[in-house]
Amino acid sequence: MSGVRVLVGTRKGAFILTADGKRERWDISGPHFAGWEIYHIKGSPVDPNRLYASQTSSWFGQIIQRSDDGGKTWHQPGTPPGEPTTAPDGSPKGESNKFVYDTSPENGKPLTTHQWYDGTAHPWEFKRVWHLEPSLSDPNMVYAGVEDAALFRSNDGGQTWQELAGLRGHGSGQFWAPGAGGMCLHTILLDARNPNRIFIAISSAGAFRTDDAGNTWQPINRGLHSLYIPNPTAEVGHCVHRIAMHRSRPDVLYMQKHWDVMRSDDGGDSWHEISGNLPTDFGFVIDVHAHEPNTIYVVPIKSDSEHFPPDGKLRVYRSRSGGNDWEALTKGLPQSDCYVNVLRDAMAVDSLDNCGVYFGTSGGQVYVSADAGDNWQPIVRDLPPVVSVEVQTLP
Amino acid sequence: MIRVTLPAHLRKLAQVDGEVSVDVAGPVTQRSVLDAVEARYPMLRGTIRDHVTHHRRAFVRFFACGEDLSQESPDAPLPGAVATGAEPFMIVGALAGG
Repeated sequence: MSGVRVLVGTRKGAFILTADGKRERWDISGPHFAGWEIYHIKGSPVDPNRLYASQTSSWFGQIIQRSDDGGKTWHQPGTPPGEPTTAPDGSPKGESNKFVYDTSPENGKPLTTHQWYDGTAHPWEFKRVWHLEPSLSDPNMVYAGVEDAALFRSNDGGQTWQELAGLRGHGSGQFWAPGAGGMCLHTILLDARNPNRIFIAISSAGAFRTDDAGNTWQPINRGLHSLYIPNPTAEVGHCVHRIAMHRSRPDVLYMQKHWDVMRSDDGGDSWHEISGNLPTDFGFVIDVHAHEPNTIYVVPIKSDSEHFPPDGKLRVYRSRSGGNDWEALTKGLPQSDCYVNVLRDAMAVDSLDNCGVYFGTSGGQVYVSADAGDNWQPIVRDLPPVVSVEVQTLP
Repeated sequence: MIRVTLPAHLRKLAQVDGEVSVDVAGPVTQRSVLDAVEARYPMLRGTIRDHVTHHRRAFVRFFACGEDLSQESPDAPLPGAVATGAEPFMIVGALAGG
C-alpha cells in the first residue's frame, strides 16, 4: 500500500511523520537538528529519498542539510560524510552554507538598497533560507528563497548556490520592504508545463514571474489592493503571504495576501478577489486539492495584530468553486479557546486518491484530514511551534 | 596545539565532543585560530564568522583566560596561555535572557 511522509519544520528541530495510505497510525521520527530552527524541508518530486532542509539560527547562521535516504541520515552537501573535508587544492569545503548576493559585472545588478521598516534605505543582508523548492525534473537542482529577499539555485545537489540576480535587480528592489517576519522570499512555484516559467512571492514586495528561467522578472501584482501601503495599487509593496497552483492548470493562481484572498486566471497578469463569505480574509496559508483544481483551502486568522483564529475556533475553509463560496471545516478541530496561528508554509496536500490535507500550528499540533478536509485528527499535539509542513506521497 | 571550545550546537555540527585542538603556524590570533578551525571543520564555515567578510557573527563572542576578546582585533595576538595550550580559546553563543 502506498503511504505518506510528512516533513515538519519547527522552531526547535525537524520531525518526520510517516503512515500508510489510511493515514491513521503514524510513526514519528525526530527531533532532527534538535534546537535549531528548521524553516523548511522538502523532497524532490523525481527522487522521494532526496530531501533538502533549511537549518538556521540567529546565532550561527544558515546550514543546508540533505538526505539521500528519505530522512534517515543527513549531511551538509558541501561536506559529504566520509569524504575529505578539503578540496584537492587544499581549500576547505563547506560551501553549501554560503549564500552570497551576485554583484558580478556579468550577472549581478548593482547591489543597491531596499527599504527598511521606517522607509530609509537599507543594504541587503543575507539572514536565512525560508523555502527550498526542488526541481520538477532534476533531483540535483533546487531553488532557495531567502531573507533578505532573493532567489538562489543550486545545480549540484545543494553543494553550491548561485543567485538569480535578475530578480533582485528588477529595478523595483529599492522599494521592497520587510514584512513583520522580515523581507523574505517565501514562495517558489515551478510551472510543470513550462520549465522557463517560475512564480515567486516576497513579503513585502509582491509576486513576480519569470518566463526565461530566472534571467528577467516582472512584477505580477495588478489587481491587488493593499490599504496599508501609501499607494494601495502600487506595482510593488504588497505583502503577499502565499501563492498556490494546481500542477495541471498553472495559469490559475491562488493567493493569500496579508488581507484578501485573490485569484488569477492569466498567470498572474491580473488578480481578482475571491474572499467571498470568509469570516476574515487575513491569513497565511492557501493550498489546492491534489485532484480538483477548483478546490482550495485557507485558514482564516482574525487580523494582522491578532494572529489567531476568530472566536477561538480553528477552522479550515474550503471552496469547491475556486473561491467566493467557502464552507467551514471543523470536525476534529478545536472549536473553543483555540489561539494558535498557521504560518504560510505550514499547509500541504498529498496525492492519494482521497486527497489528504495537512497543516501545522504555532501550538505544535499537526493535523491531517484523510478525506479532503471533511474530518480532521491531530497526528501530534505537542511539537515545538510549527513553521512548515510538506508531504510526500510514497509508492 | 591550540585548544578551542565550541558551543553545543557547533559541536554537534562538527560531530565532536568536548574541546577541539588545532595547529596554528605563525602568530596565534583570532583569525589564525578560526582559519585553522574552519579548515579542520569546514562545516563550521559561516557559523562563527561571515563567509565573505570574516566578521564575527553578531551573537557569537570570544573569551580566553577570563577575558572577553570579542571586540579585539582579529589580528591581535591571543594570550600566551592560549598559544601554549594551557588555556582554551572559547567560542560562545551570546545569551539573551532566560
